[in-house]
This record gives sequence, C-alpha cells and structure tokens, in this order.
Amino acid sequence: MSTSTKFDHPTNANRFNQDQARTHWHDSALWFIREKRDRMSKSLPEWETLRSCASQIKAHTVSKLADYLEEFEKNARARGAIVHWAKDAEEHNQIVLDILKKHEAERIVKSKSMLTEECHLNPFLEKNGIEVVDTDLGERIVQLRQEGPSHIVMPAIHLKKEDVSETFHQHLNTEAGNNDPCYLTESARQHLRDKFMQADVGITGVNFALADTGGIVVCTNEGNADLGVSLPNVHIACMGIEKLIPSADHLSIFLRLLARSATGQPITTYSSHFHGPREGGELHIILVDNGRSNLMNSDDYRNALKCIRCGACMNTCPVYRRSGGHSYAATVPGPIGSILNPLRDAKHHKSLPFACTLCGSCTDVCPVQINLHEQLLTLRTEVKNQKQLPVSKTMPMRIASWVFQRPKLYAWLGGIGKFFLRNLPRFMIYNGMNPWGKNREMPEAPSESFRQQYAKRAKKNQSK
Amino acid sequence: MRVALFVPCYVDQLYPRVGMATLDLLEQLGCEVEFPEAQTCCGQPMLNSGCDTDAAPLAERFLEIFTGYDAIVAPSGSCVSMVKNHYEHIVHGDSRHETIRTKIFELCEFLVDVLKVDSLPGNFPYVVGLHSSCHGLRELRLASDSERNTSEFNKPRQLLQMIDGITLADLKRKDECCGFGGTFAVSEEAVSCTMGRDRIADHLQAGTQVLTAGDMSCLMHLAGLIQRDKHPIRVMHIAEILAGYEVPQ
Amino acid sequence: MSSKDHILKSVRNQLVPSVDLPSMQQEWIQYADPVAHFGDVLAAVGGTAVVVEGLDGLAESLAELPVYVDAKKTVSCIDGLMGNIDLDRIDDPHALEDVDFALLPGEFAVAENAAVWVTDAAIRHRVVLFIPQHVGLVLHCPGGQVDDVIVNNLAEAYQKLSWQANQFGCFVSGPSKTADIEQSLVIGAHGARSLHVFFVL
Repeated sequence: MSTSTKFDHPTNANRFNQDQARTHWHDSALWFIREKRDRMSKSLPEWETLRSCASQIKAHTVSKLADYLEEFEKNARARGAIVHWAKDAEEHNQIVLDILKKHEAERIVKSKSMLTEECHLNPFLEKNGIEVVDTDLGERIVQLRQEGPSHIVMPAIHLKKEDVSETFHQHLNTEAGNNDPCYLTESARQHLRDKFMQADVGITGVNFALADTGGIVVCTNEGNADLGVSLPNVHIACMGIEKLIPSADHLSIFLRLLARSATGQPITTYSSHFHGPREGGELHIILVDNGRSNLMNSDDYRNALKCIRCGACMNTCPVYRRSGGHSYAATVPGPIGSILNPLRDAKHHKSLPFACTLCGSCTDVCPVQINLHEQLLTLRTEVKNQKQLPVSKTMPMRIASWVFQRPKLYAWLGGIGKFFLRNLPRFMIYNGMNPWGKNREMPEAPSESFRQQYAKRAKKNQSK
Repeated sequence: MRVALFVPCYVDQLYPRVGMATLDLLEQLGCEVEFPEAQTCCGQPMLNSGCDTDAAPLAERFLEIFTGYDAIVAPSGSCVSMVKNHYEHIVHGDSRHETIRTKIFELCEFLVDVLKVDSLPGNFPYVVGLHSSCHGLRELRLASDSERNTSEFNKPRQLLQMIDGITLADLKRKDECCGFGGTFAVSEEAVSCTMGRDRIADHLQAGTQVLTAGDMSCLMHLAGLIQRDKHPIRVMHIAEILAGYEVPQ
Repeated sequence: MSSKDHILKSVRNQLVPSVDLPSMQQEWIQYADPVAHFGDVLAAVGGTAVVVEGLDGLAESLAELPVYVDAKKTVSCIDGLMGNIDLDRIDDPHALEDVDFALLPGEFAVAENAAVWVTDAAIRHRVVLFIPQHVGLVLHCPGGQVDDVIVNNLAEAYQKLSWQANQFGCFVSGPSKTADIEQSLVIGAHGARSLHVFFVL
C-alpha cells in the first residue's frame, strides 16, 4: 500500500463499503448509541443550557489558559503531586520513561488515554524494554491485534464478537468459537487482574484538571483506571493542557454532559477525583502542549480545543458510521479528528475535511458546542491554500466560476449539456469516467431550462 | 411585496419544473415575483471545495444582482444558507451582505414566517416521505432536529399537512443526511451511495410513495439511486407539491 | 528556557478574546421523589437500592443477598458490622486481591444519575472500592430522613463537596461494566460485579 493510499479517506472508505453487510452492522451499532444519547439528553430539560455553559467555561479557560495552568501547578504541588511540562510528544514520552527508570519499573498498566495514543507512547516504551498493558477492554483487544483504536471511546467498535473471540483464543487461550461477550469479558477480567497485580506503575489520562484545587478527574466504566493506580505506588497522569477547567464547581456541567453524550449513560460508573498522591505513593502529572497552543490564536479553529473527547460526533457522523474509524488513518477519527489532524499535518490528512457532507449533525450533537462542520468547511480552503488540492479538483472549480460569471455563456453551455445528456448513447455517459453513474442514474435533461421557460412566459404575458 | 426569485443553477438547467412551481406558488400567494436573469450560481460548489477565491466573484455578482428587493426566495435551503451563513467568509463585511442575509429565505420558511400561510388548496392523496435536507434543517433551522433538546417544530411538514389527502410517512431516522454533499457525491462515491440507499430503505419501510424535500440536490442523488434500483417511489420537490402539481409519470 | 516557560510563553503569545464564565445558578432539574428516581436510575445501570431501618435492618437485608452470604472474605468499614479482614492490619493493598464483598460508607447520593460519593477518608486503601467482587455502599441518614443524604443533581452535589481533607473521592454509579464487545452490556468488567446501595434510617 502506498502512503498516499493509506491516508486517503475515499480509498479506505470504499474498501470498507465493499462489505455492505458489515458497513450496515457498523452503522447500526453506532446509531444505537446515538439514540441512547438522544434519550439521555432529552431526560434533562436544561440540556441546551448545559451545552452553552460548557462551551463558555471552555472558551473562558482558553482565554486565560496560562494563568490557570500556573494556578493548577501551584495547587497540585501543594497537594503533593509532581508536575511536569512537555512541549511535544517526544518530551512527554521521555518524561514518562525517566519516571519509570527511576522506579525501575518494567511492567505498567495504562487506562485509556487519547493523549498517550497521540504521543505514540506504547511503541516508545516497548522499544525501551517496558511491558505496557492497555487495560480498557476495547483498548486491550486492539492492542492484542496490533491495531490502533477505531473510536476514541469505544476503541474496538469496528470488531465483531467473532473477531474478539479469535483474538482472545490466540492470545489468552480462550475456547475457540466461543463468541459470548460475557465469557470473553470474563476472560479478559481474569487476564487483566494478573496484570494489575503485577504492575509497577499505573498510567492514566485525565478527563478534567481543576485549577482551583489542583485535582484531576478520571472517568471510566470498567474501573480499570482506578485499579491500575491504586495498587502500585506510582501514578502517572498524562494530560493535554486543554483539559483544564477553572474550578471544581464547574465539574457538574461537564460530568452531566460527558457520559450522556458518549454512551448515553447518566454518568460513568466511576468518576474519580485525585487530589495528590495516596499515602506513601507518588502522583506525577504531565502537562502536554504538542501543538495545542498553536490552535489558540485562530478564530476559526480555537473552538476545537473545547473538545472533551466524548466521541458523540463520531457516533452521529453518517460518514464515520459508514466508513469506520480506521478509514481516517489517524489517532482521532471522525469529525473532530478531521479538524485536528489536518491542522497538524495537512499533507497527510488533506482528504479528511472532505470526508464530510457538511450535514451539521456533529455541531448540534457536540456537548461543548464546537462548530465542527463549519470548521471542516473552513479547513477545505486551508488545504487549498497549503497547495494540497490536486489540479483535478481546483481546475473544474476555476472553469465553472469563470463560466458562471458569464450568464449568456452559462445558458448556452447549459443547453449543450442538456442536449448531450438527452442524446448521447448510454455507454458514453455511464462509464469509468463518471463516478456519479456507477450506482446512480443521471437526471433526465429537460429540453428547456427554467430561464427559457420564464422568458417565454414573460413574452406570452406581455402579448396578452 | 417585490420578491426576487433565486433559482439555483442546477435547478435552472435540470429541474425547470421546480422553478416554475416556485414561481406559480409565490404568485398564487400574491407576490410580485421577478427572476433576475443575470443570476447564475451562488458559488457554493466552489466554497465547499475549498476554492474560496473562485467563489468570491460569484458572491460579489450575487450581491450586485439581488440587492434592492423586499425579499429573495429560493427553492433550496442549501443555496440560501450559503448566502446567509457562509458569504461572510468571502465577502468580508460587505454591507450589502448584511442587508441581504436578512432578506433571503428558503421557500418554506418564507411561506410560514413571512407570508404566514395557514391554508393551501389542492388534494394530494399519497403517502409523502419528507426528507429533511441538512442545510435547511441545521443551518436555517426550518425544523427542530433530533440532536438538540428544543421544542419541536417543522415548517415544511406544517405546509404539507395543509394539503388535503396527504399522509406523511413515519421514518425511523427522521433527519439523517442523504449523502449527497455536493462534490462529496462524487469524491466519496461509495459512502455517498450507501448513505443514499439507507435513506431510501427507510422510506420504503415507511411506505413512502412520493419522496420530497426542500433541496433538489438531495433529491437528484436519491432519485438516481431509486431509478437505478427500480424502486416504486416518485420524487418531487416540495414546491411542486405545494403548488398543486401532478405527480410526474 | 524550560519547557514550562516555553509552553506558558507560547500560550501567552496567542491573542484570545476574553469570555466570561457562565452563572452556575441555573434552574437545574429537581425530582418530586429523588429517592425513587435514584432507585430507578440505579436499577437501569445494574445496581440495587434499598431503604432499611437501622443496623438491624441492614444486617437483615445483607442476609438476603447471596453474594454477601456466600462471600468468604469480607471487608466492612461500617461500625457495628464486622468483616473478616481487618483493613488496619493490611499494609499492602495487593493483599486485598481476593476480597469477595466490601461494605463501605458513602457520603451522599445524587438522584439524577444514581451516583454515590465515596472518599478514602474511612477506607484506608482506596483499592477496596474497586477490587472486591461485590460492593455495598451504606448511606447513614442521621435524621431518619433519606432526603438528608440525597441531592437532586450534580450541581447540588458539587456544592456539598470541599477539597480540603480528601485526597481521593469518587462518584460511583452502579457496578463496573463494559460494552466494548459489540455493544453488548456486560456487568463486571474489572471492578465490582454488583453494587448495592443501602439507605440506613
């Protein structure tokens, strides 16, 4: 596979759609969650108020981010946490490794953290001889399969239970052909209990960090983050600088939105608030920039920093549901990923802003009111400005614009076009050159345009 | 009221009947309608393709041509939203745009909000499936959508219900995108067609006889699939139904 | 320049319009019967809730719970009810690996989402909330009124919380669960396989 193919969404999506039964299954699985989310959001009359409060709190925090970061550091230190700062992924990974080396740690358990995915922490640690076990069930499944997650909340949503059964049979020695989710989950529970018991260090992500208390909040349904950090003595929490909120009081807004938006639950099973290390232990908090501060300046894209990684935009996106997370060839897929990835690397991710019909569902579903589809539209121009659009895409637009600026030429060409559409033999219209016609008929061309009919009618009315 | 009729370029060329229906309907309702003949395209295909500089002269032309009317009405939510919501990125504070964006209306919203239509003549004894075109729905708010927790309303539906004999189909997914998406229909052909076929399947299970929408672009895509797959569904723009036109054979 | 200074400088360099914080005093949802709502939501997320009379009532209720009756190793942090493992004698939390049932104090409940606020103030090893096979949470209602230990929504909940003494606190809503395999809900992922809430009058 050439690199250009790997990153090209239409090619990947086309491959995904070859198996229509599986495409429909994938779509239904995610739509099911979207519907649960709808019911949950409608159980609270204040839903839209919560969204606008969340959006405002995030916007406010970004506007004073440096102050809040300093306040957070001061308060976290006062609680006994050790705070580190990392400019980029490389520095983040090195900080983690240094902590692990200091404690002579060989085995670590990690709960789901999109930041460590973004930094490619696992391969880095493995290269340095450290065993990293992802403990979120979905994350563990894709780790055993040596795949990336296909969704930020449900990493294995692209897999059927048969796939999981096969993977577990191969790696965990489960019964071949036993596809029962209860049996498979129980097997993973036993397997991961051993890993929890053996771990030297636990790594987690951070859902929210509180400037006024220096605390961090981690949300899971499985309890894997808590088990992972309450057995070993060392807890490393990795967070992007945009995870900060001003005050613990604001948590109610976000915790009321997060799980309802993500999975249609009233709250995650465990919402753990860490204020300093536990007795005799160490809590390290790593604050990571990795390109985030660059987004702050832009009126067009600053909003993307509000993201709380609930995944609702993925669940609702009709394109994501029918192309699968891996088709985006990026750590964060779906609408929010189609913004974050091209902003980081337009060359590799140039097809993503176009993997979207601009339907706007993501914007309306987003719990922090990110104007996702508007940003995706703006990004298309950005991709063009960075000279990443092929001439085959820009030239037709240039020509069309030129024609549309000349109404008489446009009317004349329209007449010719309709003539050909009516009179050309079928094979000349429906062939490999016309993607429209692969699965769709062309419209039947009328003999007259509206403007011709309108002119005729005006003439007739005049002569009356 | 002096109303300028804005007929999207592809409607002008491929669906003149939709333009005529819009014209007839507005005249029946007492508007003095004018079709400024210099109009061509609003520039949406260019902007949606990232080619803002190719869209800009078309936006400029549009403002020139349509300034001075009491209202501008188009049988398309998508093109209206382009002018209303997205021109600001390419015309940068042009004062004509400030005026025009308050005077441009999608046909259904014009009938409901400006003309305050509360009855329509005619009889249409069919099961009608209403496709909620996305830009009309989520950018112009022609109806409440399923994502937000707001009180329910639906202007196109409200109008259709004024016509005798009509039965509205009950869809499982009442406002999912059809997959047209402009150049998306071609650049992401596979996903686009899967999306379209899913919408059609929903209409088939709901017993839709006539599929309608406020945007002919969605309908062009869906009709292309319906015809290829030989489904027993006819396709009409909502203006044709509201104007009392017959189902095309 | 240190990375901290580098990041702070980079952040301060950005021109970001200022935005005010919203008011947190809004009309948040209220329930006619918060306890009933709590019970309904908890049942929906796989847990159970009962109101019992005093410690005797609690003991009776526990006696009807097979996972408690069959438990070989139990921990209790509730005065008046003994477990067979003494947390104070355990130094290494790993030793709690095979606890079958833990009975732990909760501070208050939230009707909106069936969450119970639990801290490690009284439980010494916080892992005891996560590692046992089954967990019971006890909410003492001092005035004999359940309403005293339940709030309507999370906004009210955070107004009750202070962050001075607590190092660790957790909202627990139901047993551990996952739906990572084909969206099939499975109770008992890594943490408790069942969660029982007792309001003790």
